[in-house]
Amino acid sequence: MKMILTGNEAMARGAYEAGVHFAAAYPGTPSTEILENIAHYKDAIYAEWAPNEKVAMEAAIGASIAGGRALASMKHVGVNVAADPLFTFSYLGVNGGMVLITADEPGMHSSQNEQDNRNYARFAKIPMFEPANSQEAKDMLKQAFDLSEAYDTPVLYRVTTRVCHSKGIVMCEEPKEVPIKKYVKNNEKNSPVPMYSRLMRIRVEERLNKLAEWSENTALNYIVKNGSKIGVIASGGSFVFAEEVFGDQVDYLKLGFTYPLPLKMMADFAKGKDKIYVIEENDPLLEDAMKQMGIEVVGKSCFPYTGEMTPDVIRKSVYGKTLETIHIETEKAVPRPPTLCAGCPHRGFFYALGKRKNTMISGDIGCYGLAFAKPFSAMDLSVCMGASMSIGHGAQKIFNKASEASMRVVSVLGDSTFLHTGINSLMNVAYNQSNTINVILDNRITGMTGHQENPGTGFTLQGEPTKEADIEALVRALGIDKIVKIDPNDLNAVEAALDWAYDQHEPCVIITRYPCVLKTFSEADKAEFKGAFQSKCSIDEAACRGCRLCIKVGCPALSFDNNLKKAKIDATQCVGCEVCKQVCPFDAIDKEVKHD
Amino acid sequence: MTKSILLVGVGGQGTILASKILTVGLMKAGFDIKMSEIHGMSQRGGSVSSHVRYGDRVHSPVIEEGGADILVAFEKMEGLRWMTHLKPSGKAIINDYQIDSMPILTGDFSYPKNVVQMIGEAVDTTVVDAAAQAELLGNSKVMNIILLGALVKRMELENIDWHQIIKENVKPKFYALNLKAFEVGIGMVCV
Repeated sequence: MKMILTGNEAMARGAYEAGVHFAAAYPGTPSTEILENIAHYKDAIYAEWAPNEKVAMEAAIGASIAGGRALASMKHVGVNVAADPLFTFSYLGVNGGMVLITADEPGMHSSQNEQDNRNYARFAKIPMFEPANSQEAKDMLKQAFDLSEAYDTPVLYRVTTRVCHSKGIVMCEEPKEVPIKKYVKNNEKNSPVPMYSRLMRIRVEERLNKLAEWSENTALNYIVKNGSKIGVIASGGSFVFAEEVFGDQVDYLKLGFTYPLPLKMMADFAKGKDKIYVIEENDPLLEDAMKQMGIEVVGKSCFPYTGEMTPDVIRKSVYGKTLETIHIETEKAVPRPPTLCAGCPHRGFFYALGKRKNTMISGDIGCYGLAFAKPFSAMDLSVCMGASMSIGHGAQKIFNKASEASMRVVSVLGDSTFLHTGINSLMNVAYNQSNTINVILDNRITGMTGHQENPGTGFTLQGEPTKEADIEALVRALGIDKIVKIDPNDLNAVEAALDWAYDQHEPCVIITRYPCVLKTFSEADKAEFKGAFQSKCSIDEAACRGCRLCIKVGCPALSFDNNLKKAKIDATQCVGCEVCKQVCPFDAIDKEVKHD
Repeated sequence: MTKSILLVGVGGQGTILASKILTVGLMKAGFDIKMSEIHGMSQRGGSVSSHVRYGDRVHSPVIEEGGADILVAFEKMEGLRWMTHLKPSGKAIINDYQIDSMPILTGDFSYPKNVVQMIGEAVDTTVVDAAAQAELLGNSKVMNIILLGALVKRMELENIDWHQIIKENVKPKFYALNLKAFEVGIGMVCV
């Protein structure tokens, strides 16, 4: 059966065909759709969102040890969170096969860094696959599970944005029936106390030697001969970019299995070549391997360390110029950064917060990260998931010590980010008592990655109703009793909550609760947020005096007509949140309720 | 010979659906296809692009600068932004439609003047007013399918059974509307 699939859809199909029993993930671009698509194979695969990547990894480890084929997927930075269980599970090895998919982001399309997770394979001493396109993304996953079981090891399956989010034609096959293996209690294998882990440690090195042999012989690593004296070595997505540029003018060593590397094969490929280009994104792992063997190659001296190795980058590096194009003043195009949507429940809160003086706003990972930009300018920093409250805590301690007692820290994160790792950070705030103002923006969903359920939403990945984590009760249980809950679209309530919070001398928490404008409402949402997003605002042109105050709420539905000197509202975008209506000093914004 | 079509616009304009339908059609016509799009953060009202490539065998899913045969701009300033992705012999289809970005809305920048004219002077350009046509059809959201129709006509690929493919890729209640939109788009281009 021929289908057009993204790499993520293809990996989901591969998991199905490989007979995977259990899959877990925390959403993160560009990995999110892997689990979303696995979830569709409901009859075959049990799939779940975990609160964070470490938990996803651990749940998959449990499933593997119990005898099932298990998969965990996450974005590159998620593997940092999951690294603790990963490194020791490498020692234990598997029962049912276990594959960890890491979706890396060279070019940082939607990420805070571009760490090269190929390094994790070497660091954790586990084998690594690198598919180059959708077909390989599906097929190689099946081989990864077989290898995992044959060599008693978790497998790192490394993809990048262009593999995840590119589509290609994929030949699909029927799924394989894989029975769940028998579980046998075995402390020597599964309890890494020193007396056992020293033995495991030796087995890990022996395993790597065997895998190095496998790497030399697998068809995943192959040479394409075009009779050229110039050779190109590439793996993963970089390979198709290289093919695009060089066509059949060079010989290729295409690597699909990249840890341990097929060193003999790489050295043989180099024999008789005048020049060898190593094309890889980010770190020079293949290049260093060649150089350690004393083989001269052209790598990072020619190609950049940063960003993607797209054809234009390769062309510019090798030939000094990109393809010829047309000449036009593209710089006249004004930047179009992403913005908070019309109706976003974060708008009202950041509109108010951005005006506070003597404040450091400690941010986090989510749509609300966009509040750093104009017109809000309501964020000082962000680092990683769940960090806002702990970073804010540390900062507040120093401000207090440095007799900048007037400086206040407001730490902001979303519901999913709070439940991810923010809860630990807030535990520290409560335990070590900082007078930070902690804000949980509960928009009832994981927003930025495209609306995934989380422990606070009341539904599972596969659509089953479930227990809903009570954020307020969690906060209280951590030891904080200064809590207010507000509707973030009510600017008076936001201002009052901030006034109250700035007056506190102990940890306090503001919880905003209003759904993401793009969320598909559950029955509970419909009951709780009756009439939400069912209306539109419009400008009363006679009353509008052109003061532009409403423009400052940063709504993409609002613009200013420079000819008429009046504000205007795009009716196709407006959903009637009324934030602009509340800032208008001339009562020039009306609200109409839709009747359909 | 690989052909490259770049669809650009603003997050929320439906470039992804249009390019999805396009790739299915091209596959059914027997081509190898690759497509690339960026999800995540840029979708929140940011600049978006879908890269579609087809031919006997396609390697890269990404269209590089100077690599596109056709550029379809769902919004005209986005057309200008991505224009250098066109080959010198490339063709542009520009939707004469303006969406102000946040730096323009906040008054820090002005929307560039004479965008359509600038593009028209640089390359072989077809200008369409898909917004007005979508309004006539009673739903501004079908602008993407109108532009898909215009693109299909410009590429001379009308022989593929697009009606069936549209049927398979939109909700049943929007099928008739999208079909009308597609035909309007076809009718907007003379080859």
